[in-house]
Amino acid sequence: MRFVTAAALSACLAVPVLAAEIPGLPTISVERREQAVRDGFRYDKLAPELKARIEQDDTQRLCTEYRNEPPPEVAARIEKAALEAIVFPEDGKFLGDWKKGEALSLNGYGLRMGDDPKRQVGGNCYACHEMAPTELSYGTLGPSLKGYGKLRDFAQDAIKEVYIKIYNPNATVACSTMPRFGTKKILSIDDIRHVLAFLFDPNSPVNREE
Amino acid sequence: MRARSIVAACLAATWLATGAAAQSDNPVEEYRRLLADPFANPGYLFVDRGEALWHQKRGPKNASLEQCDLGLGPGVLEGAYARLPRYFADADRVMDLETRLMWCMVNLQGFDEATIKKTAFSKRGGQSDMEALVAYVAEKSSGMTFEIPLEHPKEKEAYALGEAVFYRRSSYFDFSCSTCHSLDGRRIRLQELGNMTRQEDAARAMTSWPTYRVSHETLRTMQHRMWDCFWQMRMPDLDYGSELSVALITWLTKNAEGGELAVPGIKR
Repeated sequence: MRFVTAAALSACLAVPVLAAEIPGLPTISVERREQAVRDGFRYDKLAPELKARIEQDDTQRLCTEYRNEPPPEVAARIEKAALEAIVFPEDGKFLGDWKKGEALSLNGYGLRMGDDPKRQVGGNCYACHEMAPTELSYGTLGPSLKGYGKLRDFAQDAIKEVYIKIYNPNATVACSTMPRFGTKKILSIDDIRHVLAFLFDPNSPVNREE
Repeated sequence: MRARSIVAACLAATWLATGAAAQSDNPVEEYRRLLADPFANPGYLFVDRGEALWHQKRGPKNASLEQCDLGLGPGVLEGAYARLPRYFADADRVMDLETRLMWCMVNLQGFDEATIKKTAFSKRGGQSDMEALVAYVAEKSSGMTFEIPLEHPKEKEAYALGEAVFYRRSSYFDFSCSTCHSLDGRRIRLQELGNMTRQEDAARAMTSWPTYRVSHETLRTMQHRMWDCFWQMRMPDLDYGSELSVALITWLTKNAEGGELAVPGIKR
């Protein structure tokens, strides 16, 4: 037993490759890295829309610099800027059509090289989240959202919270892994409302038993 | 095309023959087990075609690749892939297998670099000489372990640059490589994601490429894997053989050091 514990412990300790173990590694400056990135995508030959995909905005730059763990004052700055720039629905209604929200959650199409810009861009929520208990093909990079609305008694506050989270997750947690669906105009306000309905409509499969 | 359908038939026959005898409770595991059968791996067709291409006199200079130096001396193939990427003095840069093969095709055979880049990844129904050559050379290191000493300063720089890029966030989704590949035991949909900062995960990935991709109906290379990841990240097309691509491959391969190659692999 002691042997097993020791073996497991040493396996855990030995496994990660740490850059510090390699002697004489140079420090790569931000300028050097950015030059390699621009060259690697032939930046000079790209259309403006594609150039913009390569250039980092302030949030991306800071989250890269701190490897997603910014010090408290930087985190507070990112969260504040994100919250202030959120655009809420003009009519104050947060819930759309859950069936459209389900389709958006399953849809991973759009914004890739060669994708048709006229087709609907998906939210691809299932890539990272469990949602309806009937859909078994879900990812685990994000938390499970099974029963999301029901577990929160379909509360208005919770709905608004999730609107903010989907629009710009950095308003909730700086340097979140999740894309900024509203800020980066991946989804429209109407699209976000459909996804919210998928999470919060009592008739949505997300809130029904298996 | 004909060879491909023969392989498909063999694959189906193997499936039928072994499927009933060894039914697993987990159909995904069962699928992977059947794919792992080397006699059913169409990747070996690419190895054979690559061997013919290696020896054939081709290009404007009507030369074979037999004098191509992949790091262990001209024409030495055994174990060469297990020591790549590495620094090459004649090109004064760090090169992975594909960048080096491209260099040999340009310098020994007189092929045009832009054309090689454009045709390196086969389209559906077509063939790529590069995919075949990579399969042939890599297979000569099958059973050997990756060793990437990083002795030259430019090799060290490539490793450090690869790591810096691994954590760089950009484009519509704010993704970096690390978004999907720095956590343990996660999935995207049903696809398991390796944590490339860990030796065992990096080794599992890197020792199985080049690999026959069943869904692509062709053999794919590590350069393709890099291009494909950036495509999913909503980035523009990664330049084939760029410093950026080689830096990432250097970082990944060093992290996979000690892993035993089993190539060509086969994946969904």
